[in-house]
Amino acid sequence: MCASVKYGSRGPALIPRMKTKHRIYYITLFSVVLLGLIATGMFQFWPHSIESSAEWSLDRRSVHDAPLVRIPMSSPIPERGDLSCRMHTCFDVYRCGYNPKNKIKVYIYPLQRFVDEVGVPISSTGLSREYNDLLSAISDSDFYTDDVTRACLFIPSTDVLNQNSLRIRETAQALAMLPRWDKGMNHLLFNMLPGGPPDYNTALDVPRDRALLAGGGFSTWTYRQGYDVSIPVYSPLSAEVDLPERQPGPRRYFILSSQTAIHREYRVELERLKEENGEALLLLDKCSNLSQGLASVRKRCYKGQVYDYPQILQESSFCVVLRGARLGQATLSDVLQAGCVPVIMADSYILPFSEVLDWKRASVVIPEEKLPEMYTILKSIPHRQVEEMQRQARWFWEAYFSSMKAIGMTTLQIINDRIYPYAARTYEEWNNPSVVKWSSVNSPLFLPLIPPRSPGFTAVVLTYDRIESLFRVITEISKVSSLAKLLVVWNNQNKSPPEESLWPKVTVPLKVVRTKENKLSNRFFPFDEIETEAVLAIDDDIIMLTSDELQFGYEVWREFPDRLVGYPGRLHLWDHEMGKWKYESEWTNEVSMVLTGAAFYHKYFNYLYTYKMPGDIKNWVDAHMNCEDIAMNFLVANITGKAPIKIFQHRHQCYPCFPFSSTLSASFFFLSRSECINKFASVFGTMPLKVVEHRADPVLYKDDFPEKLKSFPNIGSL
Amino acid sequence: MQARKKYVLLGLCTCCWLLLYYWGGLQERLLGLLTHRRGEVVRPWPNWLDRDLLPGYADQAELQNAGGPGDSPRQRRQSWAGIYKDSRCRMDTCFDFARCQGQSSFRVYIYPPEKGERVSESYRKILTSVVESRYFTSDPREACLFVLGIDTLDRDQLSTQFVPNMDERIRGYPLWNDGRNHVIFNLYSGTWPNYTEDLGFNVGQAILAKASLNTEHFRPGFDISIPLFSKEHPQKGGERGWLVRNTVPPRRKYLLMFKGKRYLTGIGSDTRNALHHIHNGKDIVSLTTCRHGKDWEKHKDARCDHDNQEYERFDYQELLHNSTFCLVPRGRRLGSFRFLESLQAACIPVLLSNGWELPFSDVIQWNQAVIEGDERLLLQVPSTVRAVGTDRVLALRQRTQMLWEAYFSSVDKIVLTTLEIIKDRVNSHISRNKFMWNALPGGLLVLPEYSTHLAHYPFYYLNLGISPGQEFTAVIHATSPLVSQSQPIMKLLQVVSKSKYCSQIIILWNSEKPPPHRSKWPPMPVPLIITDGRRKTSSRFLPNAAIETEAVLSLDEDTVLLTSEINFAFHVWQSFPERIVGYPPRSHFWDPVKKAWGYTSKWTNEYSIVLTGAAFYHRYYHHLFSHYLPSSLRALVDRTSNCEDILMNFLVSSVTHLPPIKVAQRKQYKEMPILQGTKMAPWANPEHFTQRQECVNTFASWFGYMPLVHSQFRLDPVLFKDHVSVLRKRYKDLERV
Repeated sequence: MCASVKYGSRGPALIPRMKTKHRIYYITLFSVVLLGLIATGMFQFWPHSIESSAEWSLDRRSVHDAPLVRIPMSSPIPERGDLSCRMHTCFDVYRCGYNPKNKIKVYIYPLQRFVDEVGVPISSTGLSREYNDLLSAISDSDFYTDDVTRACLFIPSTDVLNQNSLRIRETAQALAMLPRWDKGMNHLLFNMLPGGPPDYNTALDVPRDRALLAGGGFSTWTYRQGYDVSIPVYSPLSAEVDLPERQPGPRRYFILSSQTAIHREYRVELERLKEENGEALLLLDKCSNLSQGLASVRKRCYKGQVYDYPQILQESSFCVVLRGARLGQATLSDVLQAGCVPVIMADSYILPFSEVLDWKRASVVIPEEKLPEMYTILKSIPHRQVEEMQRQARWFWEAYFSSMKAIGMTTLQIINDRIYPYAARTYEEWNNPSVVKWSSVNSPLFLPLIPPRSPGFTAVVLTYDRIESLFRVITEISKVSSLAKLLVVWNNQNKSPPEESLWPKVTVPLKVVRTKENKLSNRFFPFDEIETEAVLAIDDDIIMLTSDELQFGYEVWREFPDRLVGYPGRLHLWDHEMGKWKYESEWTNEVSMVLTGAAFYHKYFNYLYTYKMPGDIKNWVDAHMNCEDIAMNFLVANITGKAPIKIFQHRHQCYPCFPFSSTLSASFFFLSRSECINKFASVFGTMPLKVVEHRADPVLYKDDFPEKLKSFPNIGSL
Repeated sequence: MQARKKYVLLGLCTCCWLLLYYWGGLQERLLGLLTHRRGEVVRPWPNWLDRDLLPGYADQAELQNAGGPGDSPRQRRQSWAGIYKDSRCRMDTCFDFARCQGQSSFRVYIYPPEKGERVSESYRKILTSVVESRYFTSDPREACLFVLGIDTLDRDQLSTQFVPNMDERIRGYPLWNDGRNHVIFNLYSGTWPNYTEDLGFNVGQAILAKASLNTEHFRPGFDISIPLFSKEHPQKGGERGWLVRNTVPPRRKYLLMFKGKRYLTGIGSDTRNALHHIHNGKDIVSLTTCRHGKDWEKHKDARCDHDNQEYERFDYQELLHNSTFCLVPRGRRLGSFRFLESLQAACIPVLLSNGWELPFSDVIQWNQAVIEGDERLLLQVPSTVRAVGTDRVLALRQRTQMLWEAYFSSVDKIVLTTLEIIKDRVNSHISRNKFMWNALPGGLLVLPEYSTHLAHYPFYYLNLGISPGQEFTAVIHATSPLVSQSQPIMKLLQVVSKSKYCSQIIILWNSEKPPPHRSKWPPMPVPLIITDGRRKTSSRFLPNAAIETEAVLSLDEDTVLLTSEINFAFHVWQSFPERIVGYPPRSHFWDPVKKAWGYTSKWTNEYSIVLTGAAFYHRYYHHLFSHYLPSSLRALVDRTSNCEDILMNFLVSSVTHLPPIKVAQRKQYKEMPILQGTKMAPWANPEHFTQRQECVNTFASWFGYMPLVHSQFRLDPVLFKDHVSVLRKRYKDLERV
C-alpha cells in the first residue's frame, strides 16, 4: 500500500503523456510486479530456501526428466548370484548397526534412465506404475533415509519387476554402475516375473552379485533360505476390482479352476475329476468367441457360458492354483482376495512370505502328482476349518498382497526381523487376522507352573489411619504359616506411622512404606520390597479371615498363579432396561470378580496395573477413590482370558466396610461401581470379565469326616 | 488508443499470471516449510507428474497366461529326479512317497545289528526310541523309512567310536537304494582342524538328521537339524525345566554369562577368543580358560594365567541358575551342549553361531525363545540383552521351558520329533501347522490324523478367542446284562438325558450277553446309540466317530448322580476344557519304604486322580489314549480289566502338567448297597487294589517320570452350604442329604 502511494506520487513524472485512467493501470501493474519480485526475492534468501526449492522442482518432474546415463559397452558385469549367500556371509551387518528403534534404514537411488552406447534404453517399459508405487511407499515409510551413508539397505530405482521387458546384460551393467553397489552388498532387488522362454528360470536371470532378491516364483533350488524373500506376483486386478469380503461359509461350487494356461495333462485330469463329481467342480477357460476389445482378462467361459472374473472366484470354497511355465501365479492373489481357499499345486514352489506366514492355515498344498486325489483330500477337511481358511486367505490378501505398498512393507519387515531378531514380530502378529487378535489372549504367564510353597507370600496392607484395626489385621495375618513378609503401605501424608515399638510383634519382617500421595493405586505398586511372586492384598479392616482360610487361599493361588484368588466375590450383569452394565454385590450363584480387599495375585499384575493399564483408568480410579479392585479384575481377565477364583467367605463379613451414614450413600456407592464397570468396558473396548459358577473349597470341606484330619479345619466354622 | 488498452490489459494479465505463479509456488513452499522440519526432505521419491501414465509392469493377459502352460509336468518330474540329487535333494526328488501310501503307513524299519557291532550309548538310545515308538516295524517291506544299524553318530576320524569302511558296508545293503527313504543320525562330523560337514561316506539321497548343521549345506525341507545331546541324556521322561516360578522383576543376579574354553587357534577361535572382552565382572560374567587339549601351553598367551584363575572361581551350574541370559557361542562345530543346558536352565540362550541351522528349525519358531546374535557383533550383545524388556524376558524364559519339555528333554522326544517332522512332510495335507508346533503342549501331543483344525483340540480355545461347545456326549460303560427296569443304569439314563446340555448318549456295551433290543431301553429326549465294546476295558476310550461334541461325560453304569451335579460339573469343565473334571478323587504317593509309588483311595486332603467312572473331558483324549499311548499299556488295561482310569489321568496330566479337578458331589461315590443279582463290584476285590498299585508304577516307568500332580481344592457351586436361603441357590440339590 505504501509503495503504491509512493509510486503514485511520482507517476506523472515517469509517464507524462498518459491519461490518468491508464496511469492507474500502469501504476498498479508496476507496484504489483515490484511487490511480487520483492517477495520472491526475499524468499530466495530465506534460510534453506534453495535446498527446498530444488526439491520442489524435483517433485514436479516427469519421469522423462530423469537424467540419462549411457552405459559403456565395456562396463563391468556383476557375477551371477551366489547360491551359498546367507545373511552372515553376503550381508554387511555393520551398516545396520545397533539401533534403539530396531529399524533398518533404506535408501532409494534417484531415478536414472540407462541407455546403451547407441542410446537404446535397457528396459522396454522403463519405470512401471507398480515399481513407482512400491518406491513411493517405501520412501513414505519409517524405513526410509535419504542419507546414503546411514543406510543399511539400498534399493536401485531400476525397475526389474518383469524380466521380459529387460535387456539382461545391460541391466546388470546398470546395476554395477550404482555408486554404492560394492558387489551388490546390501542391495535389494524386487522381481515378480523371473525367467523367460523357453525354460523359465525361477529366479531373476540378471547377474546381480550378492544382492538380495525379493522374487516371485522362487523354487526351492533357487531360493536362498534366510537370504532371499519370496514375494507374491502382484495382480493389477486388486486395484481395479473391489471384491467385498464375504462371510465365510459354504459356497455354490466346491472347487473352481479359473486359470487359462493349464497344461493339457492337467486339464485332462481336472476334467476327469469333474466327470466324477459333477456340479461341485467348475472348470473355466478362456473365452474364445468374445468380441475383440472386450476385456478378455475379466471374463471366463465354460461351455459357452460367460462368467465374470474375478467375481466368480467368490462363488467357490476352493480355487485351484496350478503352476504354469512359471511357478508364481498372479491368480493366487485374486483367489485370496475373493476369500477362496487356494489349492496350490506347484511342486518346489516357495510360497510368498513363507518365512513368516503359516500357509497351512490359509491354503491346501497338494503335490502335483496327487491332483487326481484332490477332491478326496479337500472333502476330508472339516467345515469349520474351511471357514477359518477362507477368513485367513482374505486376511493374507488384505495384509500382504493387496497393494505394492503391502508387498514392499512386508518384504522390508521380514529383512528387518532378520537383522534385529530379538525385536522380530511374533507368529501371532504375522498370522492372526485382526478379529482373532482382538478376541484371543496370549497370557504373559502362559507356562503351567505350580510354584513351590516356599518362600510364601507377601501381605500388602493399605492403610490410612485406622491403626487399631490395622494392628489387629497384622496380628491375625502373622499367624499364617506361609507368610513371608508384611508390607504396610502408609497412605497418610499428614501423619507419621506409629513408632516401631508400638507395632505388634510378628515373626516375619514387617516394613512400612510411606507414599507421596494418598492414591488408591499405591496398593498395586510393584514395590521392590515385595520379593515373592505371590502378593496378598488386604484391607486394614478385614479381620474375619482365619489363618486357615488365608493359608488355603495361598495353596489355591499356587495352582492358579495367573489368576486373582480372593474371598468376597462380585458379579457384573447386563441391565437390559438401561442397556448397560450393572454391579451386583448380592449373594449370587455366579462370580466374575473378586474384591482385592483380600486377594492373592501374582506380583506381575502390579507391574501391569502401574505401567500398562489402558487408557486413563488409573487416573480415574485415583480421582474417584474407588474401583481399583474392579480395574484390577478387568486387567487380569483381559490379559489371561480367565475368571478369578473365589474362595469360601463368611456370611457376615462386612465388605466393603464403609461407614455409610445412610442408605442413600450406600446406593450411591453401588451406582458408582456400576459406572466404573461401564467406563472400564468402554476403555477396554470389550467386556473381558468371565462369569463362572464355582468357588474353591478344601477337598474335604463340610464332608462328614473328623475335623482334626482335615488340612484346613478352620474354614467356615465361624 | 484501443490497441494500447488491449496491450495494457494483456500485460496486466501476464503479470497477474506470473504473480500467481510465484505466489502459488511461494505458498506451497511456505506450507512445505511449515509442515516439514528443517533439513528434512519434502518427498524423497518424487511424485512424478506423469505417474498415472506409467505403464503396468506386465500386460494383464500376459500375467494371467503366466508364460503359458509350460512343459509336460510328467516329463518335468521325471527329469527332476535326475538333476536334483545328492546335495540338491528335496523330498520331491529324493524321497519315494509310494512306500508310504495309505493312512497308517508311516512305518520305520531298523537294520538288524551285525555281529560284533559296537554301538555307542547315544545311538543305542536312538534305536531304542525308534523301536518303542508307534511307527516301528520289523518288516522292511512295509517300511517307509529306514534307519541304519551302524552307529553314524560320531564321524570324527580321531574318535574311538568312528566306524570305518562305511561306504563299502552301506553298498552291501540290498535296501540301500542310494539312500532313498533312509535317515542318518549324526552328532559329530569332520575332524581337526577344520571340522567340515563331511560324514566321511556318501550319504546319497538319505535324509540327514544331524547336529551342528550349517545353513549352506542344509537341504531345506529335507535334512533335519537335531540338537547335540550328551550320552547321559535320558532315554525317556527326562528332567523338567528348572523354572519353577515367574519371579518379577525377572532379572537374575547376572545378566549374561559364559564359562567355557577359549580356542587360541583353529576354527571357531575367532569368536571364542573374543568373548572375554564383554566380561565386566559385575553383571556380565564371561569366563574363558585356555586349558584344554594336550598341548594348550604351546599356544598360551598373556591372558591365559589370569583367565584360568578367574575361571576356577565360578561354578558353571551356579551361573546357569543365576543368569538371565546365557551365551551360546559356537565351538569347533556350530552346535554345543551348552544350548540344551541353558534351555533347560531357563537361561535365555544368546546364540553366537553364524550359519547354524537351529534344531528342528522347520517347525520351531526360535526367535520366540532365544536371542539370535551375530558373531560379528559380539560387542553389541551386552547392549542388546540389556534392552530386552521385562515382558519379553518373561516370555522368552517360559518359552525355553516349553520347548525343552516338548522336544528336547529326552532322546525319545528328539527322535520322535525327527520322525514326526518327516511324517508331516509325507502326509503334507494331514500335518501340523506352525501354531501347533509352537503352542503348548507341543507338536508331539497333537495328532493331525485326529484333526487339522485348531478348534477341535482342547488346548487352543484361549488363543483362538473362542469357548468350548455348549453340549456334551455321555458315554455309559455297561458291563452287566439288562435284567430289570430298576437297574442303576436306567436311573442314570434318566438323570443324564434330563440335562439340557446333553446332546446324545452312547452306551458302550461290554457285557458277556449281547446288547438288548432297542425297545428294552426307555424312550429318551436325546439320541441313544449302542455300540459294542468287544469286552475290552480300553474300548471306553476308543475314538468314536459318533461323538460329535467336544465334551465327553464318561460314566460307569452304576454311577449315582443328579442332573444338577452333571450340569454343574459341565460348567466347570467349560472353564477347564483341557483337564479331567470329575467326582470321586484318588491319590498317589511315594512310598519311601518300598521305594515305589503307592495308590490310595482313602479320603485325603489332596488328590491327583479323579476316576473316569464319572468325569468330563475333551474327546481328543480318546484319540491320544488310543494312538499316542503304546499298545503294551492298553494291553495291560485289557488284560486286567483295570487301571484304564489311572492311565487316562496319567495321560492328561502329562499333557497339561496340571492336576485334574474334583467337583462337588452330593454323596460319596458308590456307597449304596450292591444290588441283588448284580455281580460283585470289582473294586471290592482286594486284588483289584494291588493291581492298581502296580499299574501306577508301570505307567510311571513308561512315561519316564511321574506326571500326576496333586491338588488341594475342589470346586463347589458359589453358594454351596452357605447360610443363605435355599431358594437363592442354583444347585440346591447338591446339599440334600
